[in-house]
Amino acid sequence: MNLFTDAIAWLADPTNWADGGPIPQWIADHLWFTAIAMLLASAIAIPLGWYIGHTGRGRDAAVAVTGAARALPSFGLLFLFVMLGGVANRDLSAIVVLALLAIPPILAGAYAGFEAIDRRVIDAARSMGMTEKQIVARVEIPLGLPLLWGGLRNAVLQVVATVVLVGFVRNAGLGFPIVQGIQIRSYDQMLGAAILIIVLALLLDAIFALLERYATPAGVRAGRTRDHRTSSTRRRSAGGATPASTKKEMSV
Amino acid sequence: MNWLLDNLELIGELTVQHLRLSAIPIVLGFVLAIPLGWVAYRYKLTRGLILTFVGLLYTIPSLAMFVILPPIIGTPYISEANVVIALTIYAVAIMARSVADALASVDGDVKQAATAMGYGGFRRFWTVDFPLAGPVVLAGLRVVAVSTISLLTIGSAIGVSTLGYLFTNGNQRGIVVSVLTGVIVTVIIALVVDRLLVLLGRLLMPWTRAMAQPGAQRRALASASGRSRAAEVAT
Repeated sequence: MNLFTDAIAWLADPTNWADGGPIPQWIADHLWFTAIAMLLASAIAIPLGWYIGHTGRGRDAAVAVTGAARALPSFGLLFLFVMLGGVANRDLSAIVVLALLAIPPILAGAYAGFEAIDRRVIDAARSMGMTEKQIVARVEIPLGLPLLWGGLRNAVLQVVATVVLVGFVRNAGLGFPIVQGIQIRSYDQMLGAAILIIVLALLLDAIFALLERYATPAGVRAGRTRDHRTSSTRRRSAGGATPASTKKEMSV
Repeated sequence: MNWLLDNLELIGELTVQHLRLSAIPIVLGFVLAIPLGWVAYRYKLTRGLILTFVGLLYTIPSLAMFVILPPIIGTPYISEANVVIALTIYAVAIMARSVADALASVDGDVKQAATAMGYGGFRRFWTVDFPLAGPVVLAGLRVVAVSTISLLTIGSAIGVSTLGYLFTNGNQRGIVVSVLTGVIVTVIIALVVDRLLVLLGRLLMPWTRAMAQPGAQRRALASASGRSRAAEVAT
């Protein structure tokens, strides 16, 4: 436990927090990298995922890409891009890697959100005279939001964890005090930074969990089954858009 | 190109080392997650507790995990045990949820039929519930295998020898080929192991092919994808 007291002492040291001190700067960098990468990835993956979800075109390719992307080692990818991008463009290279890693989960969330919608709901919308545009904007996007937020939540987790590794290529983010700590053998600093990273990751995850919950349209929330273990095997119609129904389709 | 030829032996050694170190978390994660996933599936109270807890564990970035584990469990900081235990925690975190979801996916009518035929709880679990949950469990196991193999490279950040050594060493010495080789070999290993698991699944669960429900299969895979959080949404 001695190590933890040392880490807390490092965390509590006012000189580390002073105006322009290292800790606030590291946290700010960490959040900045995360935010930029998430925005960039979302701008690409959300429209693409919606297109795939609505038309079904390129679906198999998207599934293959999102599956294979998990095999990519973020650590190596980061070094590779930074080396190829040159010293002057380290930040840009890092952001490109972060965004690349965030795209697959967001893409999967966007198209899976559309696919989880009960086909009958969409047929009903069409038979009521909605145009394709209206179906996308007023039926598919709102009903697909919970899974999209789920995908964004996965992505932000991946990005926050990878920004830690940015500390190996540049003096930025909460990974840097760990990298520096390894070199100067300062375990209190490493442990203190690790605690900060964990708190930051948990906070971001909690924020996205809340967004995910509130993204579910009220009507869908009302129709959601509570306990799927005892629920009937028959598919529900009105609540068919809830993820609970996807679960039932999984029962092969 | 010369670098590659000169270092074939090193790459081979690191690959074997990498496979050895990644096998332990994959197998341990699978074994430990079966009882944990069952408890999570069976009781409502434990479901919330266990799935929330493993969800939180999964949220911890790996490098932070490598740093914070040693003072908690007493392993040396630069040790294979440290990295293997950290990755086992992630594997259990993914698999527990997969197993719970998989068991919930088994048709209730089949379970009732088995009970009506006189199957006791234990026998029914191993001969009816668990095999029928197999395809979803396999989907989870594939996610675990691929992400373990990929995450293991970060072990090199704290000095444990894995394929990630090609990244850290290549970066320090400015050898792009080294880093590129590391990335490619890691991806190849991950994809080969993934394929092997699919084949193993076909061997152990021959009925899944006969049932040929591509839609349902694909969805099961999709929901186990990402960091298996898509499945979390469904709870």
